[in-house]
Amino acid sequence: MIGVKKMVSPLLRTRALNKSFGGIVATKDLSIEIFEGQICAVIGPNGAGKTTLVNLLSGNLRADSGDIIFEDDNVTGLSPSALCSRGIARSFQITSIFPEFSLLENVCFSVQASLGHSFHFWKDVRADERVINPAKEVLERIGLLSRANVLAGNLAHGEKRQLEIAMVLATRPKLLLLDEPMAGMGAEESRHLVTLLNELRSDYSMLLVEHDMDAVFALADKITVLVYGKSIAEGKPSEIKVNNAVLEAYLGSSES
Amino acid sequence: MEISFVVEQLLNGFQLGVLLFLLAAGLTLVFGIMDLVNLAHGSIYMIGAFFAATMTLALDSFILGIIIALPMTLVLGMVLEFIALRTLYSRGHMDQVLATFGLILFLNELVRIIWGPAGLAIPLPLLLDGSISLPLGIVYPTYRMFIILIGIIVAIGLYYLVSKTRLGMLIRAGASNRTMVGALGINIRLLFTAVFGLGAMLAGLAGMLIAPINQAQIGMGEDILILAFVVIVIGGIGSIRGAFIAAIVAGVIDTMGRAFLDVLLLALLPANAAEAAGPALSSMLIYFLMAVVLIFRPQGLFPARNG
Amino acid sequence: MRLKKNVQEIGVSCLFILFAIIPILAPAIGEAFYVDVFARIMIWSIAAVGLNLVLGYGGMISFGHAAYIGLGGYTIAIFSFHEINNGFIQWPVALLISGLAALLFGALSLRTRGVYFIMITLAFAQMVYFLGVSADKYGSNDGLNIWNRSEFKIYGLDFSIDDNLTFYYLTFTILILIVFLVRRLVNSRFGMAIQGTRSNESRLEMLGVPTYVYKLTAFVISGVICGLAGILQANFERFVSPDMMDWPRSGELMFMVIMGGMGTLMGPVLGATAFLVLSEVLSSLTVHWHLIFGPLLIILVLYARGGLGGIIDRGQKDG
Repeated sequence: MIGVKKMVSPLLRTRALNKSFGGIVATKDLSIEIFEGQICAVIGPNGAGKTTLVNLLSGNLRADSGDIIFEDDNVTGLSPSALCSRGIARSFQITSIFPEFSLLENVCFSVQASLGHSFHFWKDVRADERVINPAKEVLERIGLLSRANVLAGNLAHGEKRQLEIAMVLATRPKLLLLDEPMAGMGAEESRHLVTLLNELRSDYSMLLVEHDMDAVFALADKITVLVYGKSIAEGKPSEIKVNNAVLEAYLGSSES
Repeated sequence: MEISFVVEQLLNGFQLGVLLFLLAAGLTLVFGIMDLVNLAHGSIYMIGAFFAATMTLALDSFILGIIIALPMTLVLGMVLEFIALRTLYSRGHMDQVLATFGLILFLNELVRIIWGPAGLAIPLPLLLDGSISLPLGIVYPTYRMFIILIGIIVAIGLYYLVSKTRLGMLIRAGASNRTMVGALGINIRLLFTAVFGLGAMLAGLAGMLIAPINQAQIGMGEDILILAFVVIVIGGIGSIRGAFIAAIVAGVIDTMGRAFLDVLLLALLPANAAEAAGPALSSMLIYFLMAVVLIFRPQGLFPARNG
Repeated sequence: MRLKKNVQEIGVSCLFILFAIIPILAPAIGEAFYVDVFARIMIWSIAAVGLNLVLGYGGMISFGHAAYIGLGGYTIAIFSFHEINNGFIQWPVALLISGLAALLFGALSLRTRGVYFIMITLAFAQMVYFLGVSADKYGSNDGLNIWNRSEFKIYGLDFSIDDNLTFYYLTFTILILIVFLVRRLVNSRFGMAIQGTRSNESRLEMLGVPTYVYKLTAFVISGVICGLAGILQANFERFVSPDMMDWPRSGELMFMVIMGGMGTLMGPVLGATAFLVLSEVLSSLTVHWHLIFGPLLIILVLYARGGLGGIIDRGQKDG
């Protein structure tokens, strides 16, 4: 579809986003930009407001002030489902799947959702090409097609995380919001997922929140460093690596 | 309309409310603390009535009969909890509904075998079998006044128990946070059995009090049980205060509705329509109230977590 | 899986063959009343299949479905009372009324969760019950006799269900149709959405699926199917009473679904059959059969949750 092609205006942009919970500031004057085809990583110590940012962008939380602009439209305050149909899809830190259903059926739920309403009462989903074909494509892409008929509840943790991403892809998003996709994975599983996300970058833009620094530096085009909800640095991985403020505020403290 | 009639109906509503409270108190505690939906609570109410009837006839004294029958229902409740209901705590609500439904069938049949299919009437003691004069020229049956009095005494006692004693503290803690009570090293099973027994005894008391008016009879617990559920859902599951307020409100609304709704409707509708709609609407009033409460306050009026 | 699927198909086929030949079999062994028993079984099966749509597939624990049976039945009885016996008028109106009631009650109930949902569905059903109790014109507690079953007269057509055998096979046909319909339904996109709400409703919402609308639609369809069962019941018994919509009926209907296995296609039919055959057998042994039946139900809930259908119906999923 689209290569790494810079457009004049970013795919998604936030303008002075603010969010606080009671007295605790989770997001402060945050302005970020994600261009089409980019993987933007957001890193920061625990409590930096990374998940809050994902929640704001996905519509699960409402910002106190500021704007979210997606494809030149102001989408601030839209519901998760409205944003989903515009092409912003998210994965969850905690795996949330349909355990009693097969992998294929899990992905079918997403495809169905992206096709609009589900008031089709007659045709068997498993014979409905408009549902089943995209679902199989996504599974193939993610490397789980051979396991299509396994019950999702019986998957290993790493595979569940992959399924989670498959379900996100199946909604045909333009922008993926990945909230710690590597969480709880072993080294081998993480490497596998990095390879996978690398393959997907040609077709999707991504916002990646992740603690696994190897993964972040391997994938990101641009990194934003959050501390207490505020962006303290932004730049290419090579720049972030040598940024003194970052080393002090984040990398230093996390490696001690 | 005469004021005395209105007051009399108000008192009748209060009396129904008090009975509902006695049933609902145990139900809401068991529900709030053990998370158990117990449909068989109504069966305990019924058996309480039969215990009291038997004891009253044997001892020839209603008051003595009740005094003996109360610990009997307490034991019955604890035995039921120990044998059957304990295993249900960890189950889903649907399993609880269905299993206790099965228990109702069993207990009804057991009562039928022991006491026979006909009801048992209880004679009132002379002391209570009359009327008392109230201001405004109102004459009201002594026994109904007695029920209201007992209900208020129990409500105050229960309030004291729950808010002032150590057991009450555990009950309140249990209603708002079950795992915490367990973590405190309290013998939670014993607490559960005790609470269940207490609830059973209160339900039994309600059955005993109504028996002289309506007889002890099979199936008497079922309709009033549903009302008691309505009460605890309106009041907020786990809240004694909520149960009391909701019970009184439900009792008064139900009674007043039956007494006056057709009169009210007469003002709005043609006579035959009002006569037809009156009884239907008045018997649906409480359920209507519950639906309205749940739609606007899905957790009931006084959710246990706020007291 | 494969083996179980075969077992399931055999089991279900046997049951339907049994339903089909009962009117021949029963008189042959000198127990003609079994025809009535099995007509009732099939009527309850239809209702159980309807409830299963919300209870089993949708995970909505409705404790008030007897109301829709009652509304369906009462509509027939009231038409008949006013000497309107044309089934082409009676039946659509009865289905419409059950459906509208389910729409209203469902729309309000589905705003609540968990045990509150159980209680509010129960409350609405009790409202309908008391409506029946207080309907003096239509017999109150004593119920209402139906002197004439529905008549299907239109132009040249004149189809009568007065004959019990005709009625039996009409019910049989409707049962098969309903099972087939629900089978299509649960495997469709709509059915998947419903089953998804049972499994992980919040995830489905995150995907942008308005679950409330689908749940409500399922609730209405379920209510209409129960209304249909009510229509058949009223016609079969030639009688309705508030008792048919009292809350124990809702409980019994739930038991039928559980006994057969929730969320399985044929479970409710198996369950209704088992439930009614068991009560028939036990009650022929002793008047005090509830003494055995009650504990049996408790044991069933506690120890056999998959139900009968769970043993032989699980293959359905990959079918």
